[in-house]
Amino acid sequence: MAENAITTKELVKKENLVYQKTKLLTDDVMHYCPGCGHGTTHRLIAEIVEEMGIQSEIIGVAPVGCSVLMYNYMNFDMQEAAHGRAPAVATGIKRLLPEKYVFTYQGDGDLAAIGTGETIHACNRGENITMIFINNGIYGMTGGQMAPTTLIGMKSSTTPYGREVSLAGNPLNMTDLIVNLPGTYFVSRQSVHTPGNVRKAKKAIKKAFEYQSLNKGTCFVEVVSNCPAGWKMTPVESNKWLAENMLPFYPLGDLKVPEE
Amino acid sequence: MEEYVLMKGNEAIAEAAIRAGTDGYFGYPITPQSEVLEYLTAARLHERTGMVVLQAESEVAAINMLYGGAGAGKKVLTTSSGPGISLMQEGISYMAGSELPCLIVNVVRGGPGLGTIQPAQSDYFQSTKGGGHGDYRLITLAPASVQEMADFVSLGFDLAFKYRNPVMILTDGALGQMMEKVKFKPQQPRSKKSPHWATTGKTPDRERIFITSLNLDPACQERFNIKLKAKYKEISEKEVRYEKIECDDADYLFVAYGTSSRICQKSIQLARNEGIKVGLFRPITLWPFPYKEIMEMTGQVKGMLSVEMSAGQMVEDVKLAVEAKVKVDHYGRMGGIVHSPEEIVKALKQKIIGG
Repeated sequence: MAENAITTKELVKKENLVYQKTKLLTDDVMHYCPGCGHGTTHRLIAEIVEEMGIQSEIIGVAPVGCSVLMYNYMNFDMQEAAHGRAPAVATGIKRLLPEKYVFTYQGDGDLAAIGTGETIHACNRGENITMIFINNGIYGMTGGQMAPTTLIGMKSSTTPYGREVSLAGNPLNMTDLIVNLPGTYFVSRQSVHTPGNVRKAKKAIKKAFEYQSLNKGTCFVEVVSNCPAGWKMTPVESNKWLAENMLPFYPLGDLKVPEE
Repeated sequence: MEEYVLMKGNEAIAEAAIRAGTDGYFGYPITPQSEVLEYLTAARLHERTGMVVLQAESEVAAINMLYGGAGAGKKVLTTSSGPGISLMQEGISYMAGSELPCLIVNVVRGGPGLGTIQPAQSDYFQSTKGGGHGDYRLITLAPASVQEMADFVSLGFDLAFKYRNPVMILTDGALGQMMEKVKFKPQQPRSKKSPHWATTGKTPDRERIFITSLNLDPACQERFNIKLKAKYKEISEKEVRYEKIECDDADYLFVAYGTSSRICQKSIQLARNEGIKVGLFRPITLWPFPYKEIMEMTGQVKGMLSVEMSAGQMVEDVKLAVEAKVKVDHYGRMGGIVHSPEEIVKALKQKIIGG
């Protein structure tokens, strides 16, 4: 052991603490599968809410899908919306509590299939809400069916031979669509499959919350994520697959940034 | 002192909503009720109560905006007609399942499908027997005048918040479109207080609040269903409303609500001119339905005619109420046709007296 190595006794001292679980996450055991991006993204949101000191000013809207139980994990007020309707629910909250921070957290089936209408119109009205869009290209909760964002050739339980355009249509790139709407103020696409990407995603999500107080329009962050269970891969394999297959079709970066 | 004004039923709902201190209106245009949204957007609400009004992209979105606003503890309202109300059923079920209060107005037109834009009473089943999925009940108020269209807005909100349940005003295109005198209540301020169950931001002095209708554990879901059942029982015991007209000496009874109940009053005169003693029993709450009160009439009358602008929907509840003690039948025109007083008297003679 090196001369200057820290002992366990020293390590646990308060002044040596470099990281701890945010108090904005509850102690409920998360139901997410090992390696799933939801847990990481939940933690980022909770950390951001804590850092911004807005626990008493935030109301979240959970979707239907894997993250339907998000309200169990977040130590702040939340509403659970009907499938796809989170942007409408958030609109109702924000219009009546305009001084609060309101956000939706939705998967690809929720935001880009059954809730396409609500997504487009909330973004086009420029509702002053933050929308977090988890895109893992599959319906995780119901057992791995095709999502609107499932890639061409990608296998799912309802495209067992791979998604064929002639049969199942094209994958929908929702973020590319909504970036063109005048009501959106900040649009970014991130991922949480590497530590570096987690840091970048946190930065983008934090901006999407901070900008909300400007009342300039919808702030939208897509998080390209994985689904080890649905994709039938190990967590490590799924992150590799994500980088090689999802990111070429859903490239990362800021799509719309406010002019400084 | 407020004066009487002459106003359409739809406009009366809108003005009454402002006066009741409604916080938010979310709706989508559909005939025959678009005047509500038009009135509210023209009412310069920023100079009055600051009530929020938003034209939603669909009825589906509108009812979910109500969900969000109600979850924030606010008084929220939407209005629509049959096809739009059908689209709202999912949201209504979620609101009942999350115990959220709201007021929904259905200005009924003829159906099924796109149907007609003329008045009908064919959404009785949809409103009183569920409409959406799951075990829930919708408190349903049936106004019969423009004055009641206005009055039932504040009554509806009171019941919605008292029981934390959606309330529907079930009216029709005739009452929505016709002009009548109406006197409004004085302006009530919008509430500054939030109910204890509302998501308004978690402060250090309380636990976090989440609003949901999800119960993955069946035992938990059943407990919730039992709680709802008890609530609906309490509403059934305490909130039945009805009106009896010329019933004291009646040998026969019309049972009718809304527009039909008004036509029946003319039919009563026509029948009594011929020596037929008929009265009117008008349910004001369609759910809870006045089963007991109608049952009590079986000791006095020989038969009842349920008069509705439908193929016969409320008649099933009237039959349930009387337990086959007297003859019950239905009469009603459909598809936007409104029955005449003479047709109703003829039906009473054929189906009840002579039948």
